Amino acid sequence: MAASALAGTPENPLRVAIVGAGPAGFYAADHLLKQEDVVVSVDMFDRLLSPYGLVRHGVAPDHLKIKTVTKGFSQTAMHPRFRFFGNVDFGRDLTIDDLKGLYHQAVFCTGAQTDRRMGIPGEDLEGSHPATSFVAWYNGHPDYRDCRFDLSQESVAIVGVGNVAIDVARILCLSPEELRATDMPDYAVKALSKSRVRDVYLLGRRGPAQAAFTNPELKELGELADADVDIPHSEAELDPLSREELEASGDRMLARKVEMIREYASRAPGGKPRRLHLRFLVSPAELQDTGQGRVGGLRLVHNVLVRTASGALSAEATGESETIPAGLVFRSVGYRGVSLAGVPFNERWGVIANAGGRVLDAESELPVVGEYAAGWIKRGPSGVIGTNKPDALETVTAMLEDARAGLTWQPSSASPEAVTSLFADRCVDFTTFQDWCAIDAIELAEGERCGRPRVKCGSRDEMWRALGRVDGRAAR
Amino acid sequence: MKLSAVLAAKGNRVFTIGPGSSIRDAIDTLAGNNIGALVVLGRAGEPVGLLSERDIIRAMASSPGAIQQTVADLMTSPVLTAAPDDDADSVLRTMTGRRFRHMPVVEGDSLVGMVTIGDLVKAQLTEFRGTVESLETRLLES
Repeated sequence: MAASALAGTPENPLRVAIVGAGPAGFYAADHLLKQEDVVVSVDMFDRLLSPYGLVRHGVAPDHLKIKTVTKGFSQTAMHPRFRFFGNVDFGRDLTIDDLKGLYHQAVFCTGAQTDRRMGIPGEDLEGSHPATSFVAWYNGHPDYRDCRFDLSQESVAIVGVGNVAIDVARILCLSPEELRATDMPDYAVKALSKSRVRDVYLLGRRGPAQAAFTNPELKELGELADADVDIPHSEAELDPLSREELEASGDRMLARKVEMIREYASRAPGGKPRRLHLRFLVSPAELQDTGQGRVGGLRLVHNVLVRTASGALSAEATGESETIPAGLVFRSVGYRGVSLAGVPFNERWGVIANAGGRVLDAESELPVVGEYAAGWIKRGPSGVIGTNKPDALETVTAMLEDARAGLTWQPSSASPEAVTSLFADRCVDFTTFQDWCAIDAIELAEGERCGRPRVKCGSRDEMWRALGRVDGRAAR
Repeated sequence: MKLSAVLAAKGNRVFTIGPGSSIRDAIDTLAGNNIGALVVLGRAGEPVGLLSERDIIRAMASSPGAIQQTVADLMTSPVLTAAPDDDADSVLRTMTGRRFRHMPVVEGDSLVGMVTIGDLVKAQLTEFRGTVESLETRLLES
């Protein structure tokens, strides 16, 4: 191809579609728009009316500082060559073939939308839920508003000690005052304020030195107004292998974490109304039925750590077991991406098949022209929000390299209007970034009125009403 | 971080060779694919060894005729393998300590990937950069 035909000039910008408006999508957009070598115009699509993905619907509602990352994202959204299209469902409203006709490249940033199962008896009893459903519910995700969680139960078990598990445990322990200081929708604040939960169990398969939570998260657990932390002494002490590993690593943050856990284990109960039991070296073996089809308890097996051939520490059951009461169980043992129609998927790792962000053909393992991935749908659910920045940079570097080499789709109608005409033909009512700014202002104003940081709209209808519009699809 | 997170963005392809293949073939595969090691698979598809460029160079340095030998003659065997759930940090420490640069990853009996020391260092760097990015954002915005 002649160099003059390459897209990436002011007259013929490289047109890029980003599917998914979470952190990875925004970091990718930022990298694409900030570099000056190739002129890029970005259209970002999300199936929700609002942008920001897990920052809005995943980050804990009492961690408002973490959400300030959206200030940078909104600056990216103000770029003259950036457009946001909310309420556009990839696969239904917009297909991979549509993208090929409209854009030079597409980058998929759809995250890890489903949870892994525990694979133990009783997992589907009433009262057993994926932790992500609860997180989405209390964070006002419109698809989860109608979920019901029986908060009249006194004992709750959370399987896992990653950051989702920790968030769920903390949210269940917040006092009504602490709940009001969050940006949860009203329905969640009301339900959680009336909760009768007294004992919350957090269950870790391995020991204190292997727990994925961070030191600030652990510190917060020890400072809750309404809950005492309880850790069995025997489980807070490191086993010889973990001690050896900790010493070999010289990791001071990890040493601090282990020390904090020991300190919690030595605390006397403070007489607070709730107890948060942090347990280590236990795995759920079975959810027990009350006799009415709902969960009443959890049988745990005890583990010891063994060193694998590669030097990692792995949990192995000892044969000892115990039962804890649990009327509500949340599993948080890992997440997977969901495959997208027409995009190669790697079932083993639960991600889009890719190498360094370039989508790979399932058969040949060779890069598929025009298609890229970034964020959790590329590498699986690991890291913090900021990890998506270097991750997206790797993908964008590959995209620009390919664009310079002319390895892009050859769209038949690459004008910015082509996609809006397509939506008009298909009666897709999309939201723009300006629409989102209006919703944002309304939520903040409602928060101010109620003495809260923000009150989220809890449904699609509420958002459309806030915009003075109706969803054409719903109205038809 | 687990090894599965390192393998997810690497694709599924692992370059393998049979123990009876010639060193000449092994060199062609290494050079043709710009890689540093091959997993040697037994009859049932199980990893029985690892042949690295270092194994070949070492053998050639002492005997130029080594190129006539088979993979089985020069490979490192038995091969140390890891599991997808293993912590990347622990595996990195093992590889640094024992001076390995490649580690095949096995799930059950099947080979599901290979991590290099470069992959693990890159993953760790991305993780550190991400943490710094998140901390900076919080400091600047608060």
